[in-house]
Amino acid sequence: MPIRFASKPGLVAYITVGDPDLATTHNIAIAAIDAGADVLELGVPFSDPLADGPVIQRASERAVKNGTRLHDVLALAAALRLERPQTGLIIFTYYNPVLRFGLENFCAAAEQAGVDGVLVTDMIVEEAGDYLAALHRHRLAPIFLAAPTSPDDRLERICAASQGFVYAISRLGITGTRASLESDAEQLVRRLRRFTKLPIAVGFGISNPEQFAAVGEFADAAAIGSALVATIEQAGPKDAPSSIARFISGLRGGIREPAVPAR
Amino acid sequence: MAATVTSRVAGRFGPYGGRYVPETLVAALDELEHAYAEAQTDPDFHLKLDSLLRDYAGRPTPLYFAPRLTESLGGAKIYLKREDLLHTGAHKINNCLGQALLAVRMGKKRIIAETGAGQHGVATATVCALFGLDCVVYMGEEDMRRQELNVYRMRMLGAEVRGVSSGSRTLKDAINEAMRDWVTNVRTTHYLLGSVLGAHPYPTMVRDFHRVIGREARVQILEKENRLPTAIIACVGGGSNAIGAFYEFIPDKDVRLIGVEAGGRGSALGEHAARFSGGSPGVLQGTYSYVLQDDNGQIALTHSVSAGLDYASIGPEHAALHDSGRAEYTSATDTEALDATLRLARTEGIIPALESAHAVAECLRLAPSLTPRDILLVNISGRGDKDMGILARELHLSGA
Repeated sequence: MPIRFASKPGLVAYITVGDPDLATTHNIAIAAIDAGADVLELGVPFSDPLADGPVIQRASERAVKNGTRLHDVLALAAALRLERPQTGLIIFTYYNPVLRFGLENFCAAAEQAGVDGVLVTDMIVEEAGDYLAALHRHRLAPIFLAAPTSPDDRLERICAASQGFVYAISRLGITGTRASLESDAEQLVRRLRRFTKLPIAVGFGISNPEQFAAVGEFADAAAIGSALVATIEQAGPKDAPSSIARFISGLRGGIREPAVPAR
Repeated sequence: MAATVTSRVAGRFGPYGGRYVPETLVAALDELEHAYAEAQTDPDFHLKLDSLLRDYAGRPTPLYFAPRLTESLGGAKIYLKREDLLHTGAHKINNCLGQALLAVRMGKKRIIAETGAGQHGVATATVCALFGLDCVVYMGEEDMRRQELNVYRMRMLGAEVRGVSSGSRTLKDAINEAMRDWVTNVRTTHYLLGSVLGAHPYPTMVRDFHRVIGREARVQILEKENRLPTAIIACVGGGSNAIGAFYEFIPDKDVRLIGVEAGGRGSALGEHAARFSGGSPGVLQGTYSYVLQDDNGQIALTHSVSAGLDYASIGPEHAALHDSGRAEYTSATDTEALDATLRLARTEGIIPALESAHAVAECLRLAPSLTPRDILLVNISGRGDKDMGILARELHLSGA
């Protein structure tokens, strides 16, 4: 399974699929991968994104409005899998669209598409019996969130249930960029290390090269979402892919040049 | 080898309920669950709550025989459970007093809440004033417009009312925003959720704080009639007043339990809030229950003339009662609710909240088909003062 972080720190890039439209999302995804994203989180737009801040709320609303469905996200994953076989592909979603699609149907379709893992924002380990069984049947990595408020016994269960990597939430709150990272993140990663040898990605609020480098000091990867989605929003459809490529290259301080397109 | 995880069963009603939330909130839900369990075994907690319910809120509420309504319908005897007479004007205060005591026990000094019709927001603002707690209430901008009086009441009581402009700008969107606040301020803040919705332990805890409605009504009807009612009728948004009225009667298999949803202005998706006729099981805002949604799992918009019933999901215990057949669920349209409001006002001198008027509307349909031996017990969950703007417009009361 290709969830692996080639560089240090690794980069997990979140994009809301269908914002501004499916064709542009495809080009953005390719640009992000070629600029150095190790893992791509394909966000399924949802009408009620209660864990998200205003940036991803707006993106989600635009994508829902233009009719983006879970089917479309899976079709995009299948296309990306063919074009970029080495990139980790994660479906990032709220639970209801998956339930409506059918848990088993969804897992079968995701496996078929070549998806590597699934992260459901409102799924916690205690509720994950059927969910984990279905993911395991279809060789999909379950990725769970770990929070600064999670006590050690929960972190242990979260680590035990996770595959691929563990997603450590850097701070309390919803998604969105912040000027500074709170010290919660480093402490959480240290606590998680006691329970797992899986890579640990830190996300929520990372938006610039300094924060990216700082996370690299203690975590294996940084997950970037709202900063990318905001870049897409500001750039508009035509310039979004090149803006994303520049943004991601910039995170690594220009050390890693965008890869030459495959053809 | 992947570890296996056992699915927890706490907070389940059949397959419904559970806890579907961002990980950040789980510790706070656990803390609340423990605080509530502790409080339940603490006589001092019950003493305090009972005394507040009696001396501050005005319990027990009367069970009133409605003679002129009964006579005009020519069928069953009709009794009204007068939750509208409680302090703040609705049943919501029962739950708010209970949760405020819990917040104080947990040392939380800041309270957040969502509100639709504003009755829960007013009750929350009230208990925060009473206990000296900071209070922020999230309310959809559409609801702020149509329940303006309650916005002023909340501000009068010292609460900050934050308008929510996302989605349909109603109750669902207010809950989203309250959850976003909670996930950010969870260490200092208690989320005083106002219905039998959301993640465990809310549906169970909020139900327990409203069980007093049915407990009183059962004693009262036995005193007055020496028998149980034929049916209990209550409106169902999230379903807190209904579950409170139903719960003590669940073992009484001969007592019909009838929940009335908002039929709005039509049967198409988006025109109503009738979850059982138009919805299907799904997860919204922390719980697994019936949800109005489209084929892609996007939550549908809803409509009701009553802000308190205008919500896309329903409490998970109602979902279980529906599936088992123990409770029946029907709906009343906007027009039927408005007619029922007028009818109750003119026959009994009681102006019910538009939410409660949905229960009255079902009573108007059902009573004539029954005999004078039958008893209908209708829960008047709130009073209609807050709706005077809508009523003036819809019923042409301006007198010009």
